[in-house]
Amino acid sequence: MNGQPHIVVEAVSHHYRPPVGRAVLALESVSLEVREREFVALLGPSGCGKSTLLYLIGGFLPTETGKILVEGKPVAGPGPDRGIVFQNFALFPWKTVLKNVLYGLERQAMPREEREARAQAFIDLVGLSGFEQSYPSQLSGGMKQRTAIARALAFDPRTLLMDEPFGALDAQTRSLMQSELLAIWEKTRKTVIFVTHDVEEAVFLAERVAVMSARPGRIKAVIDTRFAKSDRDVRRTKPFMDKVEELWSLVREEALKALERRAP
Amino acid sequence: MTQTLVSKERRSRALIREALTRYAPLIILAVGWETASRLDLVSSMTLPSLSAVVRAWIDLVSSGDLIVNGFASLYRTASGLALAIVVGGALGIFMASSRLLDAMLRPLVELFYPMPKSALIPVTVLWLGFGDGSKILLIFLGCMLPVTIGAYNGARGSDRHLVWSARSMGASRLRMIWDVVVPSALPELLNGVRTALALSFILLVSSELIVARQGLGYLIGYLGAGGFYEGMFAVVLTVALAGFAADRFFQALMVRMLRWRA
Repeated sequence: MNGQPHIVVEAVSHHYRPPVGRAVLALESVSLEVREREFVALLGPSGCGKSTLLYLIGGFLPTETGKILVEGKPVAGPGPDRGIVFQNFALFPWKTVLKNVLYGLERQAMPREEREARAQAFIDLVGLSGFEQSYPSQLSGGMKQRTAIARALAFDPRTLLMDEPFGALDAQTRSLMQSELLAIWEKTRKTVIFVTHDVEEAVFLAERVAVMSARPGRIKAVIDTRFAKSDRDVRRTKPFMDKVEELWSLVREEALKALERRAP
Repeated sequence: MTQTLVSKERRSRALIREALTRYAPLIILAVGWETASRLDLVSSMTLPSLSAVVRAWIDLVSSGDLIVNGFASLYRTASGLALAIVVGGALGIFMASSRLLDAMLRPLVELFYPMPKSALIPVTVLWLGFGDGSKILLIFLGCMLPVTIGAYNGARGSDRHLVWSARSMGASRLRMIWDVVVPSALPELLNGVRTALALSFILLVSSELIVARQGLGYLIGYLGAGGFYEGMFAVVLTVALAGFAADRFFQALMVRMLRWRA
């Protein structure tokens, strides 16, 4: 494994409290260690609490039981050391692409020219040159997510938290965005925690995949998924398909449990 | 070439037709009014002819009466409304952002919202006298709550992912409220302002009619009491047109401010 422990999740349990009704145990005693510059996927059926775990690491929800350390310090709230990308893009609809990407930079002490150069560099990196002055409502889903990625990278967080970022995209765009994300990660080398329910996506992107059980979410297994992925047709190679099969057998059981629970 | 000319002509003809349909009722009303009084179908005491009203309007403008009183009224509405928008908007935003403020202030808002604000006319006069202060306070009090409720509902609907995004990019809580909650609330907040704008005209004219020494409402009462009915109708029409123009202007402003919604 490369680098030092960057994020430590220790025996974290969490209740989901709906506005009405009883609290539901969403996470049960979850422990996970993520190394610096590592790409880890959280894989599990919908409703297993994988997004909740991500929000806890992001500091958007308070840690109730257990502890979460980022660079040795307990998480006390959201901060610019952890950038986040959501499935629904969460772009500021009243800001242009450029203004969205500039937002995090404007919160830092930095000369204006440097700020704008940085924003432009990340807009170029995600291939959105020429769309700086467009509003999110004028962009396709893929372009919106590129903007969100540029925005989360521009202020240079050490960690990138991604909550099913490609879940709302069509199949072709999704596959393209996955390759681009991998290229961007290789260039910027952030620690990435990537939530998904798509087995192939997890195998393709991550170095390690943490498989979560159906609710209450626990870490069922952590699988190493590092192998040569530079091949364009890696998805059709034997090692890739073997990994997918291995993970599928772990997830299948949980997905069935989640499905049965939802049936009347 | 000829084709574009033809289509241009067709388009301008369509525009004229649209304008005609839209304003035809007004023209018919004006013509009907004028004929009715010319043919003595109504007495000029009840309804002076439109042409007489227009002549009176020109007189009132050239004598300066309409201008002076108009500016007095404009000053009162603008000040009262500005206060209502700032205070009411802030109140709604902060109520939506803090459970404590919400719990403390919601009963008050719900109590005062349905109250007819014209009932406050004597109260504001008692507090601030006959001048501008009492009108501004009345308009402020009467227009604040529609803005508050619009801001509150809009702010409550802000997407938590946008809130989290701003926070994760280093925005403080207050900064986030300004950058995310306020623009999220804007469409509904502006609708509240539009309601407030209409209310402000009602409160302005009724308070000036009852107790004032200046303003358009005062002028209506003064001219009516003195038997100058042409002049009275001229001021009433002015108020109606000013209200219409203000609403049209505000709608255009809303479209501009919400351009990002596409």
